[in-house]
Amino acid sequence: MMSPAHYLFLSLALFLIGSIGVITRRNVIVVLMSIELILNAVNINLVAFSRIFGDVSGQVFALFIIADAAAEAAVGLGIIIAFFRNRETVLADEMDLLKW
Amino acid sequence: MVTPFGYFLTHLWLVPLFPLTSASLMLLIGRLLPKGAVSFLCVGSVFLSFVHAAGAVFELLAAPPAHRVFQSILFEWVTAGVMPTFGGATSFAADWGYLLDPLSSIMVLVVTGVGFLIHVYSIGYMGREGGYYRFFGYLNLFMFSMLTLVLANNLLLLFVGWEGVGLCSYLLIGFYFLKKSASDAGKKAFIVNRVGDTGFLLGIFFIATTFGTIRFTSQGLGDPRGFPGIFEVLAAMVKQGRLAFGAPVLTTIALLLFVGATGKSAQLPLYVWLPDAMEGPTPVSALIHAATMVTAGVYMVARMNAIYQLSPAAMDVVAVVGALTAVFAATMALAQTDIKKVLAYSTISQLGYMFLALGVGAFAAGIFHLMTHAFFKALLFLGAGSVIHALSGEQDLRKMGGLWNAIPATSRPFLVATLAIAGMPPLAGFFSKDEILGRTIARSAMLDRYLALWIIGVFTAGLTAFYMFRLLNLTFFGLSRIPHEVEHHIHESPKSMTIPLAILALLSIVGGWVALPALWGAESPFEKFLEPVLSGVIPETGAIQFAHHPLIIEFLLMAVSVAVAGFGIWLAYRLYLKFPHLHSKVAASWPRLHKLLNNKYYVDELYDAIFVNRIKDLSTAFALFDTRVIDGLGVDGSASLTRILSQISMWGDKWVVDGMVNFVGKFTQLLSHPVRMFQTGLFSSYAMWILIGLAILLGYYSRHMEVLVRHLR
Amino acid sequence: MLASIVFYFFAGMAVASAALMVTRRNAVHSAVLLVTTLLATAGIFLQLRAEFIFIAQIILYVGGIMVLFIFVIMLVRFDVALQHIRFRLQRWVALFVALALGVEITIVLLFARRLPGQGLLIEEPASADKLPPNTEELARSLFSSYLLPFEIVSVLLLVAMVGAVVMAKKRINDQ
Repeated sequence: MMSPAHYLFLSLALFLIGSIGVITRRNVIVVLMSIELILNAVNINLVAFSRIFGDVSGQVFALFIIADAAAEAAVGLGIIIAFFRNRETVLADEMDLLKW
Repeated sequence: MVTPFGYFLTHLWLVPLFPLTSASLMLLIGRLLPKGAVSFLCVGSVFLSFVHAAGAVFELLAAPPAHRVFQSILFEWVTAGVMPTFGGATSFAADWGYLLDPLSSIMVLVVTGVGFLIHVYSIGYMGREGGYYRFFGYLNLFMFSMLTLVLANNLLLLFVGWEGVGLCSYLLIGFYFLKKSASDAGKKAFIVNRVGDTGFLLGIFFIATTFGTIRFTSQGLGDPRGFPGIFEVLAAMVKQGRLAFGAPVLTTIALLLFVGATGKSAQLPLYVWLPDAMEGPTPVSALIHAATMVTAGVYMVARMNAIYQLSPAAMDVVAVVGALTAVFAATMALAQTDIKKVLAYSTISQLGYMFLALGVGAFAAGIFHLMTHAFFKALLFLGAGSVIHALSGEQDLRKMGGLWNAIPATSRPFLVATLAIAGMPPLAGFFSKDEILGRTIARSAMLDRYLALWIIGVFTAGLTAFYMFRLLNLTFFGLSRIPHEVEHHIHESPKSMTIPLAILALLSIVGGWVALPALWGAESPFEKFLEPVLSGVIPETGAIQFAHHPLIIEFLLMAVSVAVAGFGIWLAYRLYLKFPHLHSKVAASWPRLHKLLNNKYYVDELYDAIFVNRIKDLSTAFALFDTRVIDGLGVDGSASLTRILSQISMWGDKWVVDGMVNFVGKFTQLLSHPVRMFQTGLFSSYAMWILIGLAILLGYYSRHMEVLVRHLR
Repeated sequence: MLASIVFYFFAGMAVASAALMVTRRNAVHSAVLLVTTLLATAGIFLQLRAEFIFIAQIILYVGGIMVLFIFVIMLVRFDVALQHIRFRLQRWVALFVALALGVEITIVLLFARRLPGQGLLIEEPASADKLPPNTEELARSLFSSYLLPFEIVSVLLLVAMVGAVVMAKKRINDQ
């Protein structure tokens, strides 16, 4: 077991990389994947601190997050497919219907 | 005290009412009535007036001469209250009442009698013209006005009648109103009359302020009601010495009244309307411009004789104007070629005679001449109408001739009338004209200047005889110059036209015989009849003094006037009958004089230049003022101003109000634009902004950052 | 010593895979790299003695979710050539902001223990031997204290299922 700092920094790094991915990538599927990455980073954090405090609630929470990630991925991909059916595109910068 | 009484006198107000009723009927339903009904109603009403008038005069004669005055007041018309006058303050009232005394009885008989004959004549003359009911309506309206004038008991009511006859004259002269010359003539008559009426009104106002009353006299009233007449007030003033013989105020009044008479009776200088008035139908010329309306001025002066007799200066003016008018008009008649125009100038000339008589103080003679003139002048006009009717409308003397045997029922009476107007005994004209001339010279024995007037009068008599016989010769004698197609249709007039001619011829013959006694020096019954009215205020001192010549001088003077007339007749015979082309040679030898006479001395042109055109210019100036200033500035100007103001307000609205609104919108847009740019619709930018926000929040809220920053500093 | 090597191995793999994932053009490559990352994370979980989470991660995340992702990537055909990058500015801003964030949090983490009475509780973790068996503990906690959230999550999954079906269903007779 490393010091909590290690896990925190790892979690931070993964979180930031995931954020960059969300902001930067044009392919929305990859964006969704980056979101999964962010969730994953949070999971690491939760599990690490659950280990530190000896409380299993963190892991329970992490489990819920995984379940939630699954649901979200399913719906999100459904949306993408529907969008793709209408617009023939999966590129983020072409999805600007809510533009001013 | 035996005041006159009787049915006809108490119903004197019916006399003007009959023609008024029929005139109103014509106005209301005349269009719907058949010709026969119109004739019956209108002529019948005049006949009824004549009957009532005759009856009233008859009843008046029953009273003794000193009381032959009947007055009845119908109602109080104008009550003005207290009024300051020359003689003190009095209360002024004008009423609607009728007065019958010798003077008005002569007038009313002439008006209704001759009027009735002319109405009968009109049935035939206007039978085939359009506007039959309109003609009779106007004619009856005229009768009503003239009778009101003659029977009025005060100056205001007289003026009502005065104006009424002026109006009817306008309506009847311009009867054929579609013809421009006719409507112009009507306007001319009315306007020239109006000029005279100004003087007349001023005279009435003067009388009102001087005497405090405008009623002629208070005699004959059962109850004077406390308002004296002019006659009584004048007498009182003279007796008290407040008004002297020849006082300026009296002269002013007399002259102002005479101005009115000048207009109505066509004297110099307001005579110009009478020749133009011949545009009206011939019966109109006969009635209005020969027998009745034009004599209203003479009547008025005779009625106011009390004032005139106290003002010798005014009487001189009247006499001179009358004499000059007589000779002036006679010269113009010499060169006229229209049958009616000759008669028109003749009328002006004869009216001049009447005023000459009034001016020298022979009031009775003037009225006498008025009566005889009515007879023969009406006959002349009706005869001329008959000739025109026979010749299918021809009025030019140069196209007539030789009608003596063609239309005998017209030509014989016409000869009678011509002899009468020339002053040939024993016809009526001789008596009346001789009376006037005799009085003139009688006065001249006292005052030399009247001799000149007498010479003018005799000369005019000669001229009258000459031009009248010229007319007769050209119309009825000599070779016919009538165009061929007209000659075929020559026919005698119907009985309705020729019977009045015969009656008037009879009157022209016997009408003068009432003055027969004057031939042998006695006072004529006519004059005696009129004496109570015409004797003036002061029979003793200020009245007119006539010299009494011996009988032989009278006969000599009579012979002189007859001889002059005879010379005129002989001259006309020579120039127009014996040597038919002599007159044109005479005219050719004095071309300028002939032209001058023919064009009536260019008086109309003179008046046009001096007065008419100046007034037209003034009207044009006013019209210009109206269009440019009032319409331009006022109406158009205010319209333009409103338009300019509305433009400004529109500008204001567009730029200021809308500008503010637009500014608000633009400002909001301006502010919102940067904010709008956030909504890119791309979730990646949204995510970026979340992250940025997170970083900022974290940086702000994190104590550690704070501490670090503090530490670093 | 072994612990740190394992940790650094898994951590390095995770970070490297993640970094690669967000920079690959090919979506399939990204997917595969994400799988790698998830596996590395699973390894971290294992090191933290969270066995159940480790298995759950692999079975659910990798076996379920990533497979789904790859299915969809395959389904959605797109031209790889169109992939020229458009978010030029945004990339650098994102990078900068991430860096800033990282610095901030690092500072917070590092200097936290300097402040008395505040900051994080950086303690030594408990010993590994004194831990109860993970799965039992998890189950016990899940089915007693966190029963409600458990049920809610199941409803959530149901809803997600329905939603996904509705979303992706092909519509016939639709304008």
